[in-house]
Amino acid sequence: LSGTQAASDDILIARIAQGDRLAMQVLYGRHHVRVFRFGLRLVRNEQVAEDLISEVFLDVWRQAGKFEGRSAVSTWLLAITRFKALSALRRRKDAELDDDAANAIEDMSDDPEVAVQKKDTSEALRKCLTQLSSEHREIVDLVYYHEKSVEEVAEIVGIPGNTVKTRLFYARKKLADLLKAAGVERGWP
Amino acid sequence: MMPTNNKKLLEQEPGEIEALLPWHAAGTLSARDTRRVEEALARDQSLAVQYAAIREEYAETIALNESLGAPSSRAMTKLFAAIDAEPARKPSMSLGLSTAIAEFFSKLSPRALAISAAVGAVALLLQAGVIGAILAKQQAGSFQTASLSGPRDTAVRGPGQETGPRALVRFAKDARISDITAFLDANQASIIESMTGGMFRIQFGDKPMSRQEFAGLMTRLQSEKIIELAAPAQ
Repeated sequence: LSGTQAASDDILIARIAQGDRLAMQVLYGRHHVRVFRFGLRLVRNEQVAEDLISEVFLDVWRQAGKFEGRSAVSTWLLAITRFKALSALRRRKDAELDDDAANAIEDMSDDPEVAVQKKDTSEALRKCLTQLSSEHREIVDLVYYHEKSVEEVAEIVGIPGNTVKTRLFYARKKLADLLKAAGVERGWP
Repeated sequence: MMPTNNKKLLEQEPGEIEALLPWHAAGTLSARDTRRVEEALARDQSLAVQYAAIREEYAETIALNESLGAPSSRAMTKLFAAIDAEPARKPSMSLGLSTAIAEFFSKLSPRALAISAAVGAVALLLQAGVIGAILAKQQAGSFQTASLSGPRDTAVRGPGQETGPRALVRFAKDARISDITAFLDANQASIIESMTGGMFRIQFGDKPMSRQEFAGLMTRLQSEKIIELAAPAQ
């Protein structure tokens, strides 16, 4: 996210706070795909992830006047998305459709070993990325895909910066373990 | 004595530079940390091996996320139906200011970029605060104050008979929108005009003030941390 876009996001939020529907459309167009993907990786259900987007941006519409600009708008959006996703997951758990069940649904395709048999290390890596716990998945996505700094991840997840660093380190170790179990050696750890 | 498990765990803690490698791959480290990581990578082969693994993870995480596609139009339809069902909101004074300042900034942006030697420097300014960026750029030229002499009437008022008094105000470089809006709310003030030199013409309330009240207001303005300069205005 460039500094210019961050400033432009601030302008949109100021207009949204004034009830500008067009500004809302622009902000939505700019961020909804990333919000959707972040939510989808957490809730693992497209329907739920789509509902999340509406809820997240409706919150933006309602709360824009309270946005203080202390963090980037994209960071604010991801923090709201995470909160909504966790609430959705809790609701699903109540309905006995917990994260494990979601994992089971996803694991019906090729497992990592099969992927390696296909001589496709990249595919094995992607497969293993989906097998990380939700705690590890979110931190990997925030750093690698959403390009968030240590401080921004700390703000989104609500943990100290040092914990962000060690959590990502352990997520990567877990990923290496999964890959090793699938027969992929990368020379680390 | 430390339990074995804890000890083992501590041994697995990443080193300071090692922990930063993923952010280095993503290009989100500060210039200082980037330099530290690059120096460490150049001299430590095991770190370089780990960094190569991180770059693979980085690439595949992007590929995985990109493969997730996009939401259907249902989400947008649902959102805007919900927005349309929301009660109409009254524009507030402070939000009006936010928009004014943001719009003001957007007009300046291309010029700011042209002036800046590096876009990165502008990005840093932006992170430091949108207001700071506006004013910092505006103050590059010379600035002449408007009349500093107060009106001669016993009561101080704006151009209309029943409007509040006005002042020219330049906010501090590090003042944030939230600080400014809080200041305006607290003083029942609204921004009337943005001027050259990073100045804003601001109206205080909708009733005239006595000379004494206005002098008190000016003293208060001049002592505000977020205000760099304040002067009476017509």
